[in-house]
Amino acid sequence: MKIKFKELRKNIYIFATEKTIGFTLISIFLGLVVGAIFLVAAGFNPFQAYWIMLLGIFSKPSYISYTIIRATPLILTGLSIAFAFKTGLFNIGAEGQFIIGSVAATATGYFLHLPLLIHIPVVIISAVIAAGVWGGIAGYFKAKFGVHEVISTIMLNWIALYFQNFLIYTKGFQKPGGETSYSIQPTANMMILKTWKQSEAGREWLLQHPFWKDLLRTPMNWGFIIAILMAILVWFVLNKTALGYRLRAVGFNKFAAEYGGINVNKNIIISMFIAGALAGLAGALQVVGVSHKVTLIAAMEGYGFDGIAVALIANSNALGCILAGLLFGALKYGGTKIQMFPVKAPSEVINIVIGSIVFFISIPKLIKVILSRKNKKGGTK
Amino acid sequence: MIDTILSNIALIIGTTLMYSTPLIYTSLGGVLSENSGVINIGLEGMMIIGAFAGAAIGYFVGDPWIAFIGAGIVGGLFGLLHAFACVTFGANQVVSGIAINFLGAGIALFLSRMLFEGATMTKSIALDNKMPRPLNGVFHDGSFLNIIFNNQYATVYLAFIMVFLIWFFMYKTKYGLRLRSVGEHPTAADTLGINVIKIRYLAVIMSGVFSGFGGAAMSLAIVSNFRPTLVSGHGFIALAAMIFGKWKPQGALLACLLFGGAQGLAVFLGQFDFEISSQLISMLPYVITIVVLIGFVGKSAAPSADGIPYEREQKN
Repeated sequence: MKIKFKELRKNIYIFATEKTIGFTLISIFLGLVVGAIFLVAAGFNPFQAYWIMLLGIFSKPSYISYTIIRATPLILTGLSIAFAFKTGLFNIGAEGQFIIGSVAATATGYFLHLPLLIHIPVVIISAVIAAGVWGGIAGYFKAKFGVHEVISTIMLNWIALYFQNFLIYTKGFQKPGGETSYSIQPTANMMILKTWKQSEAGREWLLQHPFWKDLLRTPMNWGFIIAILMAILVWFVLNKTALGYRLRAVGFNKFAAEYGGINVNKNIIISMFIAGALAGLAGALQVVGVSHKVTLIAAMEGYGFDGIAVALIANSNALGCILAGLLFGALKYGGTKIQMFPVKAPSEVINIVIGSIVFFISIPKLIKVILSRKNKKGGTK
Repeated sequence: MIDTILSNIALIIGTTLMYSTPLIYTSLGGVLSENSGVINIGLEGMMIIGAFAGAAIGYFVGDPWIAFIGAGIVGGLFGLLHAFACVTFGANQVVSGIAINFLGAGIALFLSRMLFEGATMTKSIALDNKMPRPLNGVFHDGSFLNIIFNNQYATVYLAFIMVFLIWFFMYKTKYGLRLRSVGEHPTAADTLGINVIKIRYLAVIMSGVFSGFGGAAMSLAIVSNFRPTLVSGHGFIALAAMIFGKWKPQGALLACLLFGGAQGLAVFLGQFDFEISSQLISMLPYVITIVVLIGFVGKSAAPSADGIPYEREQKN
């Protein structure tokens, strides 16, 4: 019995230190422990808080749907940053690229009048291109003038933010009497069964089917499916194509890549274009699927910054971004539940949990030290 | 005519000083950390927790200097956390910094809700308990110097003194030389008997202290409370200023002044009834920064060992 226990410990040690997923899971667990410590210190019951959070994520179809809707843009901004990381660039600009994507989507969604099946692709593609160019600008500055992409993307974020606010105050785009734009045309709408939901027959049917009624209460849309497809595509491009090979080579060692005949500057621009396009897609999907318009923003909304954490938790793995994005969406959406009755704890504890997870992910050594000490103790007994 | 031009120039200089100050402190923090070889992308989080600590201590204690120092200490604790990860455990420094940003914002808002009846905005500090304005009323009303200095808080002057002190420390003292040698070539420094670990710890803790000062320079002087949108990205701008200033205190100062100056220009232009939208004018500081960066020939280079954890080789 004792020997088996020792085996188990050894297995945990190997799982936690030699497999990335195991290490990530332990970091997530430790992050939740830190959050619990804060809750206890502030006089709350952490078990109750986490239980309410869990119920708030899974107990109703609409909750699950909201979680997925929250996760969708984060998966994509996470992909954007993970992609840039893989190619040796740090894209802090996902925030601004997201804004450009959502502005472009709103503009093409409102001003263009196109048939149903054509409008959505046109909106999404134009948003992706606009945001890709926005990201590509930072790549161009780096390639051509040696401007550090961290600085240029931080500046471009703010320029994008004020650009969106400028457009919202522009006649023809601003909805009179509000600090928002006009809503996109119905043909550009990607919400599932939106018109049917509000029709007489739809409401009648939904009354008799509570499961579907609850589920369709949410702005459910195709965005999540698109995000998953994009993650697979990014994984494929990075790992199975010549382009991906070149981009990774530049990220791995710029000088070696150059020596090997790869045009480093061109690849920096391409990489930032793709990173921008991914973040822009997040913005576009948010508009066509959920918000249908853009509103005045006073400060950064955080899609890009949360995306950095998603990419880090996913260890910059494209497919990992799906899971990390879902975790993030669940924490963010579930976190709002603990603010309400009966727990009434500050929902900001979620940011503490997320910060702690990322912190533990940054120090694999610490976890190794803790676990190996336990192992040694187990060995001497 | 000349009078109006002069007073407008004075106004722009005044707003420049006001906007630059928090950035100067925070970018000095970045300079210290990165010259010791530790990337600090967590400046934003340290600034946020400093702004909160300054506002909260200022509200409860009532003394701006105790609040300012308290903000520095709290920021320093976050620096300690970053140092613990980066120096002792060889963390990926960018990842740890991002974690600090989440923790700073999360803990500040969590504590704010606990201490201020569930609000994410702290209660305002009484006007008498804000930072003093040393040159208030010294110059003639409406004179050039009066417009510049009348409403400047003590934190503004202190920021310039700090830049000088850090510059002197880094380039004129042996401890500064040690700091830089640890950031350039830790192995060589270690061979010469310099304690790499200790110096990096101190530098990163001080970077937290300065970022805390930067945050408090906002919440104790420019405004009189903390709110979630107060810092919103200034830590990142300070980071950019530090890179732009080529990792040197005097360079960072100039970069912060450039940014603050563009901000001052935006405020100045904003008072006119232009056809241009105020939103477009608000873009100006960011556009100017990029334009200047492009014009700047010669790449900026970080200290050689910046971002690389230092590990002593194992004795055989």
